[in-house]
Amino acid sequence: MTEPLLRVRDLKTYFVTEQGRGTARAVDGVSFELYPGETLGIVGESGCGKTVTSLSILRLIPEPPGHIRPGSVIEFAGRNLLTLAPSELRAIRGNQIAMVFQEPMTSLNPVFTVGDQIAEAAIIHQRLSRKAARARAIEMLTLVGIPDPAERVDHYPHQLSGGMRQRVMIAMALVCHPKVLIADEPTTALDVTIQAQILELLDRLQSELGMAVLLITHDLGVVAGQADRVVVMYAGQVVETARTTDLFDGPLHPYTEGLMAAVPRIDAPKSRLQAIPGQVPAATAWPSGCRFHPRCPHAWTKCTIEEPPLLGLGDGDHTARCWLVQEPGRRKPKT
Amino acid sequence: MTLHAWFALLVALALAGWTVGTLRRRTARYEPGRRFFRHPTAAWGIGVLAFFVIVAVAAPLVTSYSPIVHNDIINLKNQPPSWSFILGTDVYSRDLWSRVAFGARISLKVGGLGMLVAVTLGTLVGAVAGYYRRWVDAVLMRGVDVGLALPRIFVLLIAIALFDRLGETVLILVIGLTSWFGTSRLVRAEVLSVRERDFVAAARAMGAGPGRVIFRHVLPNAAAPIIVAAALGIGNVLLLEASLSFLGIGVAPPKPSWGSMIADGVPYLATAPWTTLFPGLAIALVVMALNAVGDALREALDPRQEAM
Repeated sequence: MTEPLLRVRDLKTYFVTEQGRGTARAVDGVSFELYPGETLGIVGESGCGKTVTSLSILRLIPEPPGHIRPGSVIEFAGRNLLTLAPSELRAIRGNQIAMVFQEPMTSLNPVFTVGDQIAEAAIIHQRLSRKAARARAIEMLTLVGIPDPAERVDHYPHQLSGGMRQRVMIAMALVCHPKVLIADEPTTALDVTIQAQILELLDRLQSELGMAVLLITHDLGVVAGQADRVVVMYAGQVVETARTTDLFDGPLHPYTEGLMAAVPRIDAPKSRLQAIPGQVPAATAWPSGCRFHPRCPHAWTKCTIEEPPLLGLGDGDHTARCWLVQEPGRRKPKT
Repeated sequence: MTLHAWFALLVALALAGWTVGTLRRRTARYEPGRRFFRHPTAAWGIGVLAFFVIVAVAAPLVTSYSPIVHNDIINLKNQPPSWSFILGTDVYSRDLWSRVAFGARISLKVGGLGMLVAVTLGTLVGAVAGYYRRWVDAVLMRGVDVGLALPRIFVLLIAIALFDRLGETVLILVIGLTSWFGTSRLVRAEVLSVRERDFVAAARAMGAGPGRVIFRHVLPNAAAPIIVAAALGIGNVLLLEASLSFLGIGVAPPKPSWGSMIADGVPYLATAPWTTLFPGLAIALVVMALNAVGDALREALDPRQEAM
């Protein structure tokens, strides 16, 4: 395979909580690679560290209370983003690596027109004149499929619907043709029909512009439709990585199985959806051993003591942080 | 007063009324504009302010006498209001109306520019403190605490001791430099909340530097309370200037200032009350108008009522 474009190694982002009541280890040793042109999905339920991971890549973690532990590496085009000077980092943000946020309703500045906001990145990074930047903004609005772009460019965010605003956000992110697009739950705040349109748009733009997409979501359906590879996160760690088809054919980690069982299926007989019992533990006190063991139906003594590494299966593309990979006999039959 | 001065005065009144009407029509398209004029005294406030601004700008046109020249110190001192001296004359036989009109220039200039200095400084300090937080915030806000604790008259007395008599520029600067503490606290609080909003993170993700984030993304969204504070603050600065001039440490005579006019008239309060009444009335009217406008602005711009 080719060289990865973005390589995250042993990323640890911790937050110091108020009154020194311990440290929240929101992201605790996450590693993954993003290759040119691919879509990598990061899945997990709320509080598992997906968003903190994505914000850490662009160093947008509020400091304090957060900080990225020394020893973490985020390598982009051969440079460690974590050791760059602020000005060098700014030259990458929005230019080489861009981000689409979750909430299109609040991620646009209410006092400027959408044209101004789309043009801003082009003015910052490419030093376009105001006129050229405006033309570029109209071009971007056309690209993301907004009707009447020449008129919409002068509209304020409150004059647009949620779906349109998310299109504007995407236009803002793509204005400098970044190599990497980080999309943090880009469709969560939208209606289902609009979700499909936005995902389709992302898909089309990815093939047109040839960028790599890091798609962060809690929705396995979105991952199945969009991603080439998937990273499943739980409790600040990567618990499973696989090609999308492999993951859906045979998940290795009980957590991934649980997530899949919780998705309604159209092709299965009607039955109650299965929820994973319990909830994600507090990030200040992860359980010992395997962090999933309190909620795992298969857990045995070893799981409570020893933390499993990412164990590979077959060609090594499919890994899971679970002792069951080594001892499949311990798996309890489905009830 | 000559005929053309009367005529100019009427034109000034008409212009003030026209300003209110035009403003109301122009802003009626916007919800905040409608809310502003729904305030019961907003229109009157704007009208009074417009009138005094016009009079200040056109002072030589709306008056017939010099504000400084003693017309006839023997026969014309402390004259009550009449057709030739509409507000009467003071103890030096100077036309009170001329002095009120030319005094408006000074009062409005000191109030406006003093507040401009204060708001600019307060906004900068508050924005920097609120945006960078941590030790920058701690240092700046402790400085502001000290500033708020210092009695302003004391600071002004030091300035007078240094400069003997305060020139207008020094007066504006001294007033501005001692009036920004409250604004900076207000701005800091506003910036602290705006900086956590998603579009600020989005701007940083786009590669915007701190200056761009503060001036383009944070401050415009914190503008409403700053504008309100400034409108209300002009009144305070104007009062401060009047008190300083009343105490004889403000604008140097014979330049007319409303505060020094009152001081000049005080000994004759019993025999020539108009010499203190009219400048006092001018101060009261302008300050009340500014408060009404500030109040209406607050209602118009209150983000809690802002309709999307």
